[in-house]
Amino acid sequence: MSAPAILDRRTFLKTSAAAGGGLVVAFYIPGSAAALSAQASKPQPLLPFAYVKIAPDETITIVSNHSEMGQGVYTSLPMLLNEELQADWSKIRVESAPVDAMYNHPIFGIQITGGSTTTAAEWDHYRQLGAAARFVLVTAAAQQWKADANTCRVEKGVVIHTPTSKKATYGSLAAVAATLLVPADVPLKDPKTFTLIGKPTRRLDTPSKTNGTAQFGLDVTLPGMLTAVIARSPVFGGKVVSFDATEARQVPGVKAVVQFPTGVAVIASRFWPAKLGRDKLKIKWDEGDNANLSTTRMLADFSTQSASPGSLAKKTGDPQSALASAAKKITAEYDVPYLAHAMMEPLNCVVDLRAGSCEIWTGTQFETVDRANAAKTAGLPPEKVQIHTTLLGGGFGRRANPSSDFVIEAVQVAKVAKAPVKVVWTREDDIRGGWYRPMWHDRFAAGLDANGNPVAWTHTIVGQSIMAGTPFESLMIKDGVDSASVEGASDLLYGIPNLQVDLHSPKIGVPVQWWRSVGHSHTGFSVEAFFDEVAHAGGKDPYQLRRTLLAKQPRMLAVLDLAAEKAGWSKSGASKPLPKGVGRGIATHFSFDSYVAQVIEASVEKDGNVRVHRVVCAVDCGRVVNPDTVKAQMEGGIIFALTAALKTEITLENGRVQQSNFHDYPMLRIYEAPAIEVYIVPSEEKPTGVGEPSVPPVAPALSNAIFAVTGKRVRRLPIRSSDLVGKGAANS
Amino acid sequence: MTSFVLNGKPVQVDVDPSTPLLWVLRESLNLTGTKYGCGMALCGACTVHLDGEAIRSCVAPLSRVAGKHVKTIEGLSDNLSHPLQRAWIEIDVPQCGYCQSGQIMSAAVLLAKISKPTDKDIDEAMSGNICRCGTYPRIRRAIHRAAELATSKAAAREPAITANEISAGELAAGAEVSR
Repeated sequence: MSAPAILDRRTFLKTSAAAGGGLVVAFYIPGSAAALSAQASKPQPLLPFAYVKIAPDETITIVSNHSEMGQGVYTSLPMLLNEELQADWSKIRVESAPVDAMYNHPIFGIQITGGSTTTAAEWDHYRQLGAAARFVLVTAAAQQWKADANTCRVEKGVVIHTPTSKKATYGSLAAVAATLLVPADVPLKDPKTFTLIGKPTRRLDTPSKTNGTAQFGLDVTLPGMLTAVIARSPVFGGKVVSFDATEARQVPGVKAVVQFPTGVAVIASRFWPAKLGRDKLKIKWDEGDNANLSTTRMLADFSTQSASPGSLAKKTGDPQSALASAAKKITAEYDVPYLAHAMMEPLNCVVDLRAGSCEIWTGTQFETVDRANAAKTAGLPPEKVQIHTTLLGGGFGRRANPSSDFVIEAVQVAKVAKAPVKVVWTREDDIRGGWYRPMWHDRFAAGLDANGNPVAWTHTIVGQSIMAGTPFESLMIKDGVDSASVEGASDLLYGIPNLQVDLHSPKIGVPVQWWRSVGHSHTGFSVEAFFDEVAHAGGKDPYQLRRTLLAKQPRMLAVLDLAAEKAGWSKSGASKPLPKGVGRGIATHFSFDSYVAQVIEASVEKDGNVRVHRVVCAVDCGRVVNPDTVKAQMEGGIIFALTAALKTEITLENGRVQQSNFHDYPMLRIYEAPAIEVYIVPSEEKPTGVGEPSVPPVAPALSNAIFAVTGKRVRRLPIRSSDLVGKGAANS
Repeated sequence: MTSFVLNGKPVQVDVDPSTPLLWVLRESLNLTGTKYGCGMALCGACTVHLDGEAIRSCVAPLSRVAGKHVKTIEGLSDNLSHPLQRAWIEIDVPQCGYCQSGQIMSAAVLLAKISKPTDKDIDEAMSGNICRCGTYPRIRRAIHRAAELATSKAAAREPAITANEISAGELAAGAEVSR
């Protein structure tokens, strides 16, 4: 699902295209002396039996080189592979790959799950693996029968010699097949003959997630294992000056209290004594440079900064002149807060460190980087470190931490624990632990011609760079512009002739990270909400103006029309009537190479509370592997984004995060969840992202609906009921 | 030593009785299906049954369950045959899956009390359970479906299904309206 939108669209397309053609993608892997170069130009040798394990009892285990965090890859990757392998689907099992270069992401060249890229990256690879495995299995059977392989066919994991009806199962052939030469190029099926891909298919991991047997990182137990809970600085970057652990050590079960670069760990027999002990620590901190951080002050500073142009991200035409000569000019400023990922499974990591080896169990999206960082911390070569990727109880980007924060801490604890150790974060540790979606400010100006059409659009963005200091810095930051900060703004699909997007990237001591849909999580909101302002300023229907300006974007136009039609928003102006007090808002957004449009119906109660009644979502994500998973990801992304639109913010005063748990960082609950309708545009294009693209249009579609019903613009998230008190009541 | 009945079997544990039941289940009794999410009874990931009522085990001290009956997700059925498990699988509710033990345990108490719950009943019974992946629309559908499975005699006789038993492509596309 979420995480590094590592490449902006253009870079991604270029890199994807180059996967067969010549680009070298270089990543600097922290902890290793040199840059790791993944030569995408050199096709990796196909290693089918590293990915497909066929047992004598006909069980087929497919190895997933991507982590399962809810997005369904433990089903969609086997679907890709088995489309070609043609084994009996009921015999398919899945396991996670160990860390090894042979399991690298085919585009990024490191082992990673993120950027909504799994299906796009593995679309060819997993089908080729399946085809290659089938080829050698058939060859093995033909050799056994001294027959021509071309006279053999495959049915549900059985090779059949058509002329004689001789049969051999995959399980009986696997040992011989594994010794045969794998051809470089096995032809793949014509998509017209797909029997699995494109069919709604039940997830393979669902049964284990309904009876408690699914194994998450937090569920891992090793013989003799200890558990640690860590006290970290209340201010980012703070250091321990001294600590008093007298009371902590008195808690029965506490074994040791040790100081680390990032805090003090209480190591105990189990979680509860470790947590009790941690809470009894008295620590004197050197709070360092960040003790005065205040998001209230940042809000004002960002606005001031946005009044002057930043580093240029995009310029077409002459926006300043066009603005000056426009018949009408409008301006607006938008703000979004820091956000925590708040996965349901708090971070955790199990480490078994021994002389000369280190084994790690954790739910991670970032195996290669975590291994490099763990190896450096343990003082071992990377090949002596192995990571067992468990199921992830949510990721949303947080479990791909560029500094591997939750992994290296655990290795540090293991160094002194002298036993296998599990480090567990409490919910409070998670909410206050940083690595947030950055706070962002967006300042817009638009110029309209005499007919109300926008002819100029300028957009100044202020917010911390996510990519600075990550392995993707050299790839993503060009001429002072982090493309993740401006994605969704600099690649605006609307046909506006004079366009400028520029960026300020202030350096602030709050650790920031990719969060489901990354930069799109702010540009989706600000661009599409301001577009609505532009439409109204020009006297245009917001749907109609989008249609006009998307005339050269057929795929976006198609999803826009589909969402509008299903929602009853008419092209002719005769839209389906809504109940009194309910308003409709519309938004589109292009991200992760996918096109999404949404229409939201919402009302505002007298007390200012917003009720979201219905979300209609249309998506074009290219060819679909598992339609039910695409629907689930759209639904889930919409709920995730509604939480951000309506509920959550991380604020800091005196350098301290003011939220701590679900009472002050609240999640949307079932009674607040709207009816969601998802429509998928049929496509024969290559698959594109699904985990993240439904997030960006939610906040603007909702804000635009609120404007429709109250006449009040929402320019800051989360939406505050205090701003809307009495506004909706007039209409209801 | 604290004694109680866990999933139908008597157990005794020698743990400080002020320890939350959640951690006793997970760390002393190795039943890890019950999850930690917040430690403050805010998210419902730790929901178990105490004498048939849904409780948040993260704030229930072990002493509270002495002599009583506790049921966890592991005790719901031994073969995925509970109507909720069957409905959850049929509708493919879980995404990451972490919260789902708690969701199912809350829903089980609802269905035990109200055999045909309305949307409002579901809202009330399930509001204490957070799902960060946003599976609420499917949870709602699955509870309605489980109510059907539990009350339909024909459906009740069907064996438990597992994901692989339904071959790909045979599964009907889900209703487009996910509510």
